[in-house]
Amino acid sequence: MNLASLTIADIQKGLRLKQFSAVELTEEALKFAAAENPKTNAYLHFCQERALRAAQGVDEKLARKEDPGPLAGVPVAVKDVIVTKGVRTTCASKLLASYIPPYDATAVIRVEQAGGVILGKTNCDEFAMGSSNENSAFGPVRNPVALDRVPGGSSGGSAAAVVQGTAVVALGSDTGGSIRQPAAFCGCVGVTPTYGRVSRYGLVAFASSLDHIGPMARNVTDAAILLKVIAGRDERDATSAFAPVADYPALLEGDVRGTKIGIPKEYFQGLAAEIGDPIQRAIDQFARLGCELVDVSLPHTEYAIATYYIICTAEASSNLARYDGVRYTTRAPGVTTLTDMYRQTRGEGFGAECKRRIMLGTYVLSHGYYDAYYLKAQKVRTLLTQDFRQAFEKVDALITPVSPFPAFRLGEKLSDPWQMYLSDIYTITGSLAGIPCMSVPCGWTADGLPVGMQILARHFEEAAMLRLARAYERATCES
Amino acid sequence: MKITEQQVRYVAELAHLRLSDQEVQQLARDLDEILSHMEKLNELDTENVEPMAQVLYEAGETATLREDCEQPTIPPEIALANAPLAGAGYFKVPKVIDK
Repeated sequence: MNLASLTIADIQKGLRLKQFSAVELTEEALKFAAAENPKTNAYLHFCQERALRAAQGVDEKLARKEDPGPLAGVPVAVKDVIVTKGVRTTCASKLLASYIPPYDATAVIRVEQAGGVILGKTNCDEFAMGSSNENSAFGPVRNPVALDRVPGGSSGGSAAAVVQGTAVVALGSDTGGSIRQPAAFCGCVGVTPTYGRVSRYGLVAFASSLDHIGPMARNVTDAAILLKVIAGRDERDATSAFAPVADYPALLEGDVRGTKIGIPKEYFQGLAAEIGDPIQRAIDQFARLGCELVDVSLPHTEYAIATYYIICTAEASSNLARYDGVRYTTRAPGVTTLTDMYRQTRGEGFGAECKRRIMLGTYVLSHGYYDAYYLKAQKVRTLLTQDFRQAFEKVDALITPVSPFPAFRLGEKLSDPWQMYLSDIYTITGSLAGIPCMSVPCGWTADGLPVGMQILARHFEEAAMLRLARAYERATCES
Repeated sequence: MKITEQQVRYVAELAHLRLSDQEVQQLARDLDEILSHMEKLNELDTENVEPMAQVLYEAGETATLREDCEQPTIPPEIALANAPLAGAGYFKVPKVIDK
């Protein structure tokens, strides 16, 4: 059994044929993950007991000839910004180093109800703020493909675990590209569903109008299976959508002939050949599959980064106000007044990037600047969203790069925050519009680094998006 | 526009963040650079554009309202379990009002 190449279907088959039990698989997976993890630092901690308990539940169901669920026995990694009852959830922050949540996120409950086995919690940028996973209070994650490089961020640990084989699938979270960019950097599939498609109950809030939970996997089918499990209305998240959930795995294998794919010119201007060439070959592949390619324009693209970093920092400054030394485990020692307690706790607890974003967000919301920054950005967000609406009148999907460059070296962009923010240039537009988007591996640079293409679709058309991704995968990865 | 260290200290006070002098200097530089990039939005005339207050408008106004019925909540002792300091069923903080 090679854990690094197992698919969900392999596991279902193995369990059915009694080649292994869920407990045996889980023991093996935990052992493998513990041995491999020091290479990348992908996991922050494991939850062995909980994993074995879940696996035992699957074996009992199998023994009773009950349906153990579509994720039966599947080793799952969960980003450490998603709360797990009784299992430490740190958000990769010193502030929450010993926080033990009293409840489970809805996505976590759904994964376990479907038979999934959560092995542990994965590293990320502190409070999911970053594009390289270097903002973790517990050390950076290394890219399993090239250990001297970053895995991307902020869901770098989830991406690394999936590619390294220490998990079969993972939950990540995405605010401006935090699932798709690490998926591209490490070479796996990452899906950011429509805003509201997956409940955020139990996702520690960063920017509430942009936060998503989504699946990361080694192939499109596994991502589709996990998405179906976690998607759907949840009464505990008022922003979760009522729209019915499609049977994504069942709809994957359809023909894509005649699908109209838009190529937005703004995403290719000045794009380096090492990224542009593999994407162009992927686009050519879609043409061979019978898709119709259409040139489109998303004219406000160049305003997206400024818009995004105003809105997300404003929302973050508000969401992070709760870490005040009262409720969440950490309080600075020796403080004698309430204000001192707030200031000292937060000053000592937050890392540099969180402070930068809290400061930016507080500034753009402060008296006299609200209209100039926040309101302005919300208006430009309308324009960016209209760009997509107009494009989707002509086409069914869009294809773009995920990132302007491949995985960079650890430390390479740390000194220049704006350069780091530019990592998100192609992913934040879809986030701002709330449309489904995904990263699909589509080749390698000359240095042997993975390249990802991004597929974007209309609201709630995850099925069409995944079908395109699967058609590409089928045409290129299998004989 | 130039972000001064004085402005940084003022914003840090609003955000309840204690910063070292070195952090103040660094943040003045960072904020100045980042905000200068954000000026780019002023190229756009947004006079007649509505701000995007909701990401999706798919449901009616009251669609997300539920029946107001009693549901179990997290018991106080569990809610307090993560408190740095708790007692008598409450979160404890430094004294706020002097007698």
